[in-house]
Amino acid sequence: MDFDRISEKLAILADAAKYDVSCASSGSKRKNTQKGLGNTGAGICHSYTADGRCVSLLKILLTNYCIFDCAYCVSRSSNDVKRAAFTVQEVVDLTMNFYRRNYIEGLFLSSGIFKDADYTMERLVRIAKKLRIEHNFNGYIHLKTIPGASDELMHEAGLYADRLSVNLEVPTEAGLKLLAPEKNRAEMVKPMTYVSNQLLRFKDERKSLKKIPLFAPAGQSTQMVIGAAGESDKDILITADSFYKSHQLKRVYYSGYVPVSVDGRLPAMGTLVPMVRENRLYQADWLMRFYDFNIHEIVSEASPLLELDIDPKLSWALKNMNVFPIDINTADLHDILRIPGVGLLSATKIIEGRKFSRLGWEHLKKMGIALNRARFFITCQEKKFIKRETSASRIKQFILAGSASKFSQALNPQLSLF
Amino acid sequence: MNEISIYHEAGLLKESPDRLIYDGSFNGFFTAVFEIFELKAFKAEIVKQVKPLPLFSNHRIVITNDSKAQRVLAGLGKKITANSINDIFAVWLSELEIVERVLLGYVLHAFNNGSCIENDYSNFFVLDFKKIVKMVSRERHRMKAFVRFSRLKDDLYYARVDPDFNVLPLIQQHFTARYSDQQWLIYDLRRNYGIYYDLHITRIIELEVIPKNESDLVHDQEQEFRLLWQNYFTNVNIESRKNTKLHVRHVPKRYWKYLTEKGLF
Repeated sequence: MDFDRISEKLAILADAAKYDVSCASSGSKRKNTQKGLGNTGAGICHSYTADGRCVSLLKILLTNYCIFDCAYCVSRSSNDVKRAAFTVQEVVDLTMNFYRRNYIEGLFLSSGIFKDADYTMERLVRIAKKLRIEHNFNGYIHLKTIPGASDELMHEAGLYADRLSVNLEVPTEAGLKLLAPEKNRAEMVKPMTYVSNQLLRFKDERKSLKKIPLFAPAGQSTQMVIGAAGESDKDILITADSFYKSHQLKRVYYSGYVPVSVDGRLPAMGTLVPMVRENRLYQADWLMRFYDFNIHEIVSEASPLLELDIDPKLSWALKNMNVFPIDINTADLHDILRIPGVGLLSATKIIEGRKFSRLGWEHLKKMGIALNRARFFITCQEKKFIKRETSASRIKQFILAGSASKFSQALNPQLSLF
Repeated sequence: MNEISIYHEAGLLKESPDRLIYDGSFNGFFTAVFEIFELKAFKAEIVKQVKPLPLFSNHRIVITNDSKAQRVLAGLGKKITANSINDIFAVWLSELEIVERVLLGYVLHAFNNGSCIENDYSNFFVLDFKKIVKMVSRERHRMKAFVRFSRLKDDLYYARVDPDFNVLPLIQQHFTARYSDQQWLIYDLRRNYGIYYDLHITRIIELEVIPKNESDLVHDQEQEFRLLWQNYFTNVNIESRKNTKLHVRHVPKRYWKYLTEKGLF
């Protein structure tokens, strides 16, 4: 191994890959076989970058040469950046050696498109195949789907990878036309559809036959860039919701736009990354998937943007005060999940705990419920009548005053006088 | 020392003891639980050997008896699921001061109740028990993440750790299954023992001497791979999203000394 050359390539190709924020390494069922190397199962974050994001995979581009010129991408063909390309063997060696030292859970391999979609995809699949077959590697492999790749290549990819993904990047078709006119939505969706159909087929066959090979056991995901194309939160969430439903995606990632090049169609260089907005979108995404919220309860024509100073669940609660107060000891799970300050785990604890005895404030506190906000929305075996705040705006004031938001610097930038 | 206290020490007086003193072992603790039921001393607390022994307190010394301990655990197995039995072991490994009190409260609650109490979140012992399980679980997860192997000249992959809780027994299975084609050793510097896999089985070992300077022991290519990892780690960071508070929350500083990417090797 030529370490100097690999080091140079690694610097360029890791830097180019970092804007794809998908980092998951869980959800797969691959076990170690025949005394090989590696397995999957729990997602393990082996480290965290200085920006607080988890590092669990070796995330690299095979090459950052690209024939396309998408405005938001750092590797766009018109950008003057250093270009490099790994050989298949170099990627395999890096993956195996990092894995053996427990630095990573596996490989995340993407690429710029050189020559054409199939040529590029074939290289990616070849690396995954080599790891699995020649090196008996059973760790996690996440392969990017190249838009326009053929069904045959996608089939092979599914046999060797744990997760496949193709990034929609721009939430609306109109935005995509503006920022990446050489691409089209249909080309991205086609391989996604092929894989989701295969997943259903394999799942079906597994019911009757036990010995079915694994096919993308960790499913599919996608990513959308936030804040590059002037889209609203409603646009983003509606796209996410429809893809969750139509393609049974495991995750949608929301990545705040980081200005990487000078272009009139995009926010200027130096624009701050919309981190608060990104966080609210993840919270809204969670509400839809785990808290039984309908998308229309979160965003609508009338309010297409999420509030930045409070989370979407609290925002909903304040707009629907008629639903509260909710009695902790009698309400069903659906209602308990609506209480601000009560998460999924706490909701389970409440449901389970009350089978044994009535719950009081002390129990709720010990369960880890955020009482400073939940108290405005619940009743729980009170012995005396407590005067309740019923005005939504007063409640919001109390909650904001009583909590220390991690975003308070971003939302209320204060000038230092000294 | 008068005669009464001598008799107290020998456990010969039949009054219900306030305090049972055990030898600090897992089976010793459950022997004490057995004796609490035997003596009907349900208000007693279980404590480790404490020097000097208090003179006039009403205590009893527990002599570890494996079969008594097993009887308690078997009885528990009929009251709670196997998962919770595993959790009891995990709580034990936390080595926290409150372990005896919480475990005793949990076990008594389990025996006293007709139904399975493992999800009885209305009981404060269960809540504390679950909290400790979570803490140990987190540390175990962090160890799976932060163990960094160095390849030595003889192809042994060696890692040093210093976990908050005694989690090596809890990560043994994970590393054995994953790294089945390489010899490895993970050593707990704080507790002075390690787990070692020789391509066939994993077992506990103790090193007499911990090498101070590893650089002469490592494989020729080892330093190169460490540099590559540091290189990767630096380049995967997005400067404009810098968030040190979040970073330190995920990777507390006490773990930095064993992380290759922090460059303190």
